[in-house]
Amino acid sequence: MNDTTQPLSGVDLVVRGLRKSFDGQEVLKGIDFEVKPGEIFVIMGPSGSGKSVLLKHLIGLELPDAGEILINGEPIQTPEIAAKYRMAMVFQSGALLNSLTVGENVGLYLSEHRLKSPEEISKIVAEKLEDVGLKGAEDKMPGDLSGGMKKRAAIARALVIEPQLILYDEPTSELDPLSAVVIGEEILELNRRIHVTSLVVSHDRDLAFGIADHIAVINEGRILKIGTPDEVKQFNDPLVRKFLNADFKHETKSST
Amino acid sequence: MFENIGEIVLLFWRTLLALPLVWRQRRKVMEQFFEIGNASLLMVCVLSFFIGAVISLNFGPPLVERSFSSAVGGVVGLGLVKELAPVMMAILIAGRIGSAMAAEIGSMRVYQEIDALRTMNISPIHYLVLPRVVAVAIALPMLVVVAIIVGWFGGAVVAEANNHIGIPIQVFFSDLRDIVKLNDVANGVFKSFCFALIVGVVSCHQGLTTIGGPRGIGRSVTKAVVNSIVLIVISDYLLTSLWIFLTRLGLI
Repeated sequence: MNDTTQPLSGVDLVVRGLRKSFDGQEVLKGIDFEVKPGEIFVIMGPSGSGKSVLLKHLIGLELPDAGEILINGEPIQTPEIAAKYRMAMVFQSGALLNSLTVGENVGLYLSEHRLKSPEEISKIVAEKLEDVGLKGAEDKMPGDLSGGMKKRAAIARALVIEPQLILYDEPTSELDPLSAVVIGEEILELNRRIHVTSLVVSHDRDLAFGIADHIAVINEGRILKIGTPDEVKQFNDPLVRKFLNADFKHETKSST
Repeated sequence: MFENIGEIVLLFWRTLLALPLVWRQRRKVMEQFFEIGNASLLMVCVLSFFIGAVISLNFGPPLVERSFSSAVGGVVGLGLVKELAPVMMAILIAGRIGSAMAAEIGSMRVYQEIDALRTMNISPIHYLVLPRVVAVAIALPMLVVVAIIVGWFGGAVVAEANNHIGIPIQVFFSDLRDIVKLNDVANGVFKSFCFALIVGVVSCHQGLTTIGGPRGIGRSVTKAVVNSIVLIVISDYLLTSLWIFLTRLGLI
């Protein structure tokens, strides 16, 4: 696979005809999209539209009923292929292991797979934590971190894998607008620096338009529109418009 | 509970397959081992002392009245070795350690920590289940040996102190030695090893299949303890039959 297996180079991701049902209810109704190497692709949609389920398929936590997911043209469901590419996921809650320190969490991939010596691991951990602005937080417990810091620690943990594809699940949920911008900038910066392909699932419109190269708007298990942020903004589908323009409009009524 | 037996057996099988990796996880095994010992040793001593004492108190006077006083040591000795120590300690460990395992793994499941492990290609079986099952499988038989000795001592103290029994400690133990054979001790320890596997695998399985929020964790903990106890009692009968069968065949 020539240059694609080199570390720190993004991969190409193609999803075709992906379908998934839970207890007879179809959650994904045929999803198709393509993510180019090194780009930031944002999947945007309201809660319950199937975003998180889609993400779980991409990382291999769920198996599709139909359809395929290809990384650099190879099906990801095959274990050998999945093992060949390095993928990481940043969970909505961070999903740091609460019984371990931040440093142990970040170095977990290396220490469990015996990839480096303990000294090298602690050096890498310090480096990655510094990359995400958490210098010196190694010995803290996840419970002592704020929501934003947890997410940044989770990003550091993902970076240790030296991923070719990072999946972010709602990276700005539960964060104040300022922290949300910091996380957004982090994602953007990482993408520019190490050219990792980034797939972000979010319902945060500001984040999507701020960082995306391409946006897919998803609703009830179907993709309504894929395009650049500008194309999506111009798109005249009533459902897309409704989601993008949702705002408080009724505040004056209650006063009378 | 019984609908999960297949999954539990599968988890046990996968844990067995992972056994060659146990050396890698030795630190976690030791941590779990000390936690089990730390949490249970005192309780085990108190519990088994009084179990031994109460058997002595119950069976001593009627046996002595019928001039079977030489059987008191044997009754207390055998009762503890073959049944009471392994079963009671397994139930104690199910309550103390099984519940903690189900709660810890269950909350990791609920808060997506197990999904996070999987995305890092770390198997929850290698990382979470294996060290716990191995630790409890080593710790419980050791605790049972302690329980047997302390329980005997409890029985002996009551046998000497109680006016209606009045058997000196030395006589109690020499009677006990006449009846209790090494084979009986091995039987008890073997059973406790099997019970430990039941507690470990059932509790970890329950933790891994936790669904829902905090309420789901609570449900898992209850189920882990109840299912472990039911399986311990049922398998106690089966293991005892098996042991008797093998002994009769002359294999043990």
